[in-house]
Amino acid sequence: MVLLSLVMLATEQRSQRLAGLRSFLSVLVYPIQYLVGVPGNVSDQVFDTFSSYQSLREENRALKQQQLLDKARLLKFAALEKENIRLRALLENSFKLGEQVLIAELLSVNLAPYEHVVLVNKGSRFGVHSKQPVLDATGVVGQVIRTNPLSSEIMLITDPNHAIPVQVNRNGLRTIAVGSGQLNRLNLPFLPNNADIKPGDLLITSGLGGTFPQGYPVAKVDAFYPQPDKPFAAIYATPTAQLDKSHELLIVWSDSNPIPLLQPTPDTNTDTDTDTESTQTHTNE
Amino acid sequence: MNNNHGFIIYLLSVLAAMIIWVAPWPEFMQFIMPDWILLVLIYWCLAIPERVGIVNAWFVGLLTDVLTGRLLGQYALTYAVVCYPSLKLHKRLRHFPLLQQGMFIFSSLLLSQLLVFWIENIHSPTRFHLSFWLPALTGTVCWPVVFMLLRKLRYSYRIT
Repeated sequence: MVLLSLVMLATEQRSQRLAGLRSFLSVLVYPIQYLVGVPGNVSDQVFDTFSSYQSLREENRALKQQQLLDKARLLKFAALEKENIRLRALLENSFKLGEQVLIAELLSVNLAPYEHVVLVNKGSRFGVHSKQPVLDATGVVGQVIRTNPLSSEIMLITDPNHAIPVQVNRNGLRTIAVGSGQLNRLNLPFLPNNADIKPGDLLITSGLGGTFPQGYPVAKVDAFYPQPDKPFAAIYATPTAQLDKSHELLIVWSDSNPIPLLQPTPDTNTDTDTDTESTQTHTNE
Repeated sequence: MNNNHGFIIYLLSVLAAMIIWVAPWPEFMQFIMPDWILLVLIYWCLAIPERVGIVNAWFVGLLTDVLTGRLLGQYALTYAVVCYPSLKLHKRLRHFPLLQQGMFIFSSLLLSQLLVFWIENIHSPTRFHLSFWLPALTGTVCWPVVFMLLRKLRYSYRIT
């Protein structure tokens, strides 16, 4: 038995050969994971049933207003998006668009202490695959690390084993945000003491690394401590996503075909450089 | 009394332990959460050693692995190894006073934490806080409760 488990540990560490066994067993344990959430779901439903007509109408009105506002904002965004594509085409830069999302609900299951991994109720049956980015309404939540037929595991950006390539929205400064193990904190350990970053700066995904699509908000910088005796400064940020509150998450499929350039030129630059860098190359030319 | 009957009770108690183990608890509780599944397993190893064996513990461990998303075999190995001494020593352990039993449970839980610690370190070497070892202590404190509860259950269903 000990030998068998050691062999299993070794194989799973190195290869995907045990994925079938795991997905079979995961279907067996899914009822347990579902059962855990039942009391919460039932209490939610009971609350919904007994909440008064008045408060539902209030909520409905508020939501309608919100939707109207959002729609108006989206109209503007559509125009801006088109403009952005045109400008990028002028800069000979390809732009990925057309992301598809799937709404997944959180199963109230706590997998292990010291790790920020959550379970959602959509799995490979719905076409979810690992390394997909996961968002909520306010920012990046994490990425899918493992899929089972009926559920999938999502590592949050604050997990100590997680790192996400980000960029400062104000000036395009790129760096990496590493999870800290606390739900409300990310560390930026690779910026020098004289970096142009200050509390209040918004960090967005830079799109490097290919896992996360570009331009989604990740975190807000809340503290910058220069450390003169060390090569890098200590910078802390708070994730914009409500990691401990949101119940529905969006799993994103990014379209792999970039939008074609308006005027295809023979020497197309396929790199996803940032704006500043490509303008620099142009001025050099 | 009835062979099947006892086994169903055993499975149900393990199931209950699994549900408690993965239920969402407040953050400070997560760090002191004792390994309920292992406590329940140890109890049944002491009570009906001829039916709950290493293989059984191993399969429960495997399910726990999938349930909590660990490397396959981590808890399987841990539970099999930890249940071995309690199976071997079950005749002596039954006659121990609760305090002495508690010491045995403490060392078993410590052993399981140590194995988990090693395997997790292979998988993802992160800094572990000192509170990683707390569940062994809280588990020992909870042992009398588990013991009394399951013994009551066993007597009321006459599982021998």
